[in-house]
Amino acid sequence: MKKIAIRDSEYEPKKSRILRTKRMTATEKLFEIALPGGKSLDHEPGQFVEVSVFGVGEAPISVSSSPTKRGSFELCIRKVGRVTEALHRLEAGDDVGIRGPFGKGFSVRILEGNDLLFVAGGLGIVPLRSLINYVIDNRRDFGTVNILLGCKTPKDMLFNEEVDEWNKRLDVKLNCTVDKADPAWKGNVGLITSLIPGINLDPDRTFGVVVGPPIMYRFVIKELLAKKIPERQILVSLERHMKCGLGKCGHCQIENLYCCQDGPVFTYDKIKNLKGAL
Amino acid sequence: MQYALLKKDHLNDFISKLAQEQKVVAPVSRGFGQFSFEEVADASRIILKHIPTILPPKKYFMPQEETLLEYNLSEGQSMEAVVECQKMVLFGVHTCDLAGIQCLNIAFSERPKDFNYLIRKNKIAIVGLECNDYCDEYASCSLMDNHFPNGGYDLFFTDLGDFFIVHVNTQLGDELIEKTKVFERADKSHMDTLAKMREKKRGIFKNEVDIDHQELEPLFKKSQNSKVWDELNKRCVACANCTNVCPSCYCFDVTDELQLDLKHGKRYRRWDSCQNEGFAKVSGGESFREKRGERQKHRYYRKFLYPMAKFARFFCTGCGRCSRTCMAKINLKETIRSLITEKA
Ligand SMILES: Cc1cc2nc3c(=O)[nH]c(=O)nc-3n(C[C@H](O)[C@H](O)[C@H](O)COP(=O)(O)OP(=O)(O)OC[C@H]3O[C@@H](n4cnc5c(N)ncnc54)[C@H](O)[C@@H]3O)c2cc1C
Ligand code: SF4
Ligand code: FES
Repeated sequence: MKKIAIRDSEYEPKKSRILRTKRMTATEKLFEIALPGGKSLDHEPGQFVEVSVFGVGEAPISVSSSPTKRGSFELCIRKVGRVTEALHRLEAGDDVGIRGPFGKGFSVRILEGNDLLFVAGGLGIVPLRSLINYVIDNRRDFGTVNILLGCKTPKDMLFNEEVDEWNKRLDVKLNCTVDKADPAWKGNVGLITSLIPGINLDPDRTFGVVVGPPIMYRFVIKELLAKKIPERQILVSLERHMKCGLGKCGHCQIENLYCCQDGPVFTYDKIKNLKGAL
Repeated sequence: MQYALLKKDHLNDFISKLAQEQKVVAPVSRGFGQFSFEEVADASRIILKHIPTILPPKKYFMPQEETLLEYNLSEGQSMEAVVECQKMVLFGVHTCDLAGIQCLNIAFSERPKDFNYLIRKNKIAIVGLECNDYCDEYASCSLMDNHFPNGGYDLFFTDLGDFFIVHVNTQLGDELIEKTKVFERADKSHMDTLAKMREKKRGIFKNEVDIDHQELEPLFKKSQNSKVWDELNKRCVACANCTNVCPSCYCFDVTDELQLDLKHGKRYRRWDSCQNEGFAKVSGGESFREKRGERQKHRYYRKFLYPMAKFARFFCTGCGRCSRTCMAKINLKETIRSLITEKA
């Protein structure tokens, strides 16, 4: 059959260069990537890109750096299967394909001027880091900032140095917890939900921003609602199987919504009645 | 010229003349009362009276497998986005399948647009063919309002015994007529015959399920927690036949393939199905819509509820293919009937 080249295909990745990599844990690796010509990705915190390793495939990955960092962007990738393993074999100087950014992120325009409570479980810190650094880079445009981080063990903590920096700031409050401590651990032990009741907040002007594994949402949201934070001020980012990022392939669908286009960030009021959303 | 006339004797000339210039595909028999769209050189194999083909004409608009990208990994990786397409005439498309093509058009032209689909679609000339009577007991085209021609074709044939009345809907349709030079003028008596057939047809085609077209959307809205889905959960074997044969299902998977030289490769998409176990599974291991009943409900809702809100149109065309093919004998009309009974 005849093949004709098409311009502006939504499926065509941009050949991009890995500038730097950093091993973070046994399974996570950080990549700094530049688009051709040093063009900015111009994403919103919470958006994702489709990353290609040619000959292997494509995977949706959240942009972890803030849009205030220009000229390149960062992805933090956990090794779980074919594409992510191939990505882990790449180093600075190698090329990857990038499509996107896709989806609706955290709307910083709506968050502006309000108090923020960030709740990140496990890999949830990866997309949240984009927003947290955006907020820190524009610190006076937001109210109080509370960050709660949780993961399984201290070994699984990501972005340790950066988290230390956040912790040192006088304009950020930060709390970490692990399910299982080791002797060196000085933070809390227990589920992330246990940190919420102790926080002093003004529910009318607080936005709760929650990203973590599926099971975390129900419990965290319950605590936030108990704090009287209105439903539409609770923001979550949902993970679904994704192939196209274009609202076509159907994999990411949650009832009538396409997670790749209508999400991955949703306000709680929009999804609370959708079966299988949380 | 809005309507033309083609004597049945001249159908062969029409098809063979077209086939000399470009690919022509039409319904042919596959035995066992089954039919499929295949390439033809003349009209000899074409079956005018046929139940919906095993696969709908979707296979030409969105091939089961199609290349999206080609790449060369040697010398600094180059790649090119491509579309595979071919000029062709699609002959003998029933009104239900015309509706199916319209559903696909809408889904793929929604932004972000899918140029692979949109470029290919305009290489295909569509010749519709009217059903004067029901194909079989699985159809529900009347309920879905797809039993009369509703546009979406270049030419539309109605079989009136010795001749076809042909509605010329587009310039492209007119060009097919001009090119083949086998058509005549339709006069008033021919048009009267058409009107009479349509009148008779109105008496034959009745809502196949006892519910108003308009009431379908509210019915599904109310049926979120219906027991009917539990019932389907027990029966469905997750073979995905229903979605493969559906004229408006377009879910796909994307895969890379490297040639043996490990340099040249392609990325292609291939039909996928929301009925497959791993379709909505994520890296953490959670599978959304884990139960078959939930996936069946999803399939029905993608036909009767979600597209209504998005596109103001049902994505069920009434062709009956899912019911004809289901390994577990899950029947669309019976499902709707069960929902009605339950809500009554
Ligand atoms: C919006 C979004 C943002 C994400 N952000 C990150 C991130 O920042 N860092 C990170 O490490 N991971 C992220 N993921 C998860 C990542 O996309 C998957 O881990 C990756 O696609 C798995 O591909 P694979 O080929 O390595 O695994 P496979 O070998 O294909 O399969 C391993 C497992 O992953 C599941 N899976 C396969 N493909 C996908 C897919 N396209 N989407 C989701 N699950 C899939 C499979 O069902 C299987 O359970 C994100 C996912 C989404 C949807
Ligand atoms: S064809 Fe029938 S058994 Fe197969 S997936 Fe569809 S409904 Fe289930
Ligand atoms: S990822 Fe394909 S529809 Fe969302």
